[in-house]
Amino acid sequence: MKYTSQMVAKPYFIAAIGLFIGQILFGVIMGMQYVVGDFLFPEIPFNVARMVHTNLLIVWLLFGFMGAAYYMVPDEAETELHSPFLAKLMFWIFLVAGALTILGYLLVPYATLAEITMNDLLPTMGREFLEQPTITKIGIVIVALAFLYNIGMTILKGRKTVINLVLLIGLVGLAVFFLFSFYNPDNIVLDKMFWWFVVHLWVEGVWELILGSLLAYVLIKTTGVDREVIEKWLYVIIAMALITGLIGTGHHFFWIGTPGYWQWWGSIFSALEPIPFFMMTIFAFNMVNKRRRQHPNKPAVLWALGTAVMAFLGAGVWGFLHTLSFVNYYTHGTQITAAHGHMAFYGAYVMIVLAIISYAMPMLNGRKAANSQLSQIVEMWSFWLMTISMVFITLFLTGAGIVQVYLQRMSDAPLPFMVVQDKIELFYWLREGAGIIFLIGLIVYVASFFVGRDQPEVELPK
Amino acid sequence: MSQAFTKSMARNIFYGGSMFFFLLLLVLTFDTVKSLPQTDNRENLTEQVAKGKHVWENNNCIGCHTLMGEGAYFAPELGNAYKRMGSKEAIIAFIKFRPKNGIPGRRSMPQFNLTDDELDAVAEFLKYVSEINNQDWPPNIQG
Repeated sequence: MKYTSQMVAKPYFIAAIGLFIGQILFGVIMGMQYVVGDFLFPEIPFNVARMVHTNLLIVWLLFGFMGAAYYMVPDEAETELHSPFLAKLMFWIFLVAGALTILGYLLVPYATLAEITMNDLLPTMGREFLEQPTITKIGIVIVALAFLYNIGMTILKGRKTVINLVLLIGLVGLAVFFLFSFYNPDNIVLDKMFWWFVVHLWVEGVWELILGSLLAYVLIKTTGVDREVIEKWLYVIIAMALITGLIGTGHHFFWIGTPGYWQWWGSIFSALEPIPFFMMTIFAFNMVNKRRRQHPNKPAVLWALGTAVMAFLGAGVWGFLHTLSFVNYYTHGTQITAAHGHMAFYGAYVMIVLAIISYAMPMLNGRKAANSQLSQIVEMWSFWLMTISMVFITLFLTGAGIVQVYLQRMSDAPLPFMVVQDKIELFYWLREGAGIIFLIGLIVYVASFFVGRDQPEVELPK
Repeated sequence: MSQAFTKSMARNIFYGGSMFFFLLLLVLTFDTVKSLPQTDNRENLTEQVAKGKHVWENNNCIGCHTLMGEGAYFAPELGNAYKRMGSKEAIIAFIKFRPKNGIPGRRSMPQFNLTDDELDAVAEFLKYVSEINNQDWPPNIQG
């Protein structure tokens, strides 16, 4: 590690992993509620568990992105971070605000939370993924602005690389599009439409820039491939991401009261959205095959290749499965959507954050480049446990979704929602089993930080 | 990638392409907002409907249900609940009489202790949503 200020990344990464554990625990609770309907009812109703599950995901990924930026930007810019103090301060503000919000979800009824946070002054709550009280949203904006200022100033005074620049564009986009979360008109169609300006333009837009930038950084570091080559790939990938993804927003405008022409725009452009993910897979494998050096940190390379493959499968293939409007007419808002959501988020965003943590943590812990042999083996076990169980979660939900779509929407005598839910119970049990294996994988992952600490790190023969 | 395709070409495609398609998105968004009055049922967007939307939001209904297909997949679609249940009264009665401690072994909607006015508002909101022209989705009454 060349710059001491990179150390501020460490608490961000630790917080990210801690919140990740919380997210998965609540995932397992919800999985159980799908089959044992009154599990933990009325103490933790499903809607509360889901809010905790999805909000923790968003918050820990943001912690991961910020930690990644604090680690990577000084290294790329070849200068110390503008203000390590500001970074540490924002860490605590974000962590306390996040923890209070989650406690608010769990300890009081949501309507009470809306009341005590004075939601009526500027109502923004109660919309999927944007459930945070308005005051928390304002806090997120403040943290994001301070973070952008810190990162921006660092980039400004240092070496300007394409990787840093792409990250910065992604982060600015993240902050700007979040502002749409404050727009909540009484007209539900307008509300839904601009809600997607946060949600879609994040995960199928600017977050892909962040993903591309972090992936490019890890690949440069671990393969030693020429920067020119990697940067060219990065430009092409993010170009395709935005060229397809911006108008691809239209695949959310099929059935929410918006004009019918979106079925054309949305179907055609979102059908092209797998292209950047496919290119990312080719890119990652190409760079690793052309590597000019071996890197002693094998799990970091594994996560980087894993994210490229799983993002393509989850976001690309599973997205394409139900994105054409005439297919989506039947699959919209079913377990097919849930299947896609799980693998896409895991593949594209969870794995890239774990890749950068895997790459950076040994250095943040004072090692030269890698962990001990034992720690690496345990980490790679966790990779396979989590990744394979996520594949099965996705497959079981897809099975559930296909049967659901048929029984509820396509058969000659469509059945009511709850009747269908009973009929697909087996898929939900299997999904819960896979979810528990995922949790075990996560425990193994955490263990990888604690095993083999006193053993020497892996070094390659010169 | 071939040598003839240079980094600056890639960069130009990124900036040019994103700019172009972002502007296209803005144009389409503008056109959509302009044409929404034909589909979004705004002539029936009363104060009571607006209030119902707040009741809907303040109780996090989207945490279990979908509305026009968006939300959680734990409980039935409600964009067409008014049509499926037949009347505002049926919706109100359903929400009002949920058992506080749930139903053993089954999924059950929580008891939200809504006032009569809130119940009426949320039912009015669901009626309004059911009358939005959303390209005939869902495929049938079951949602």
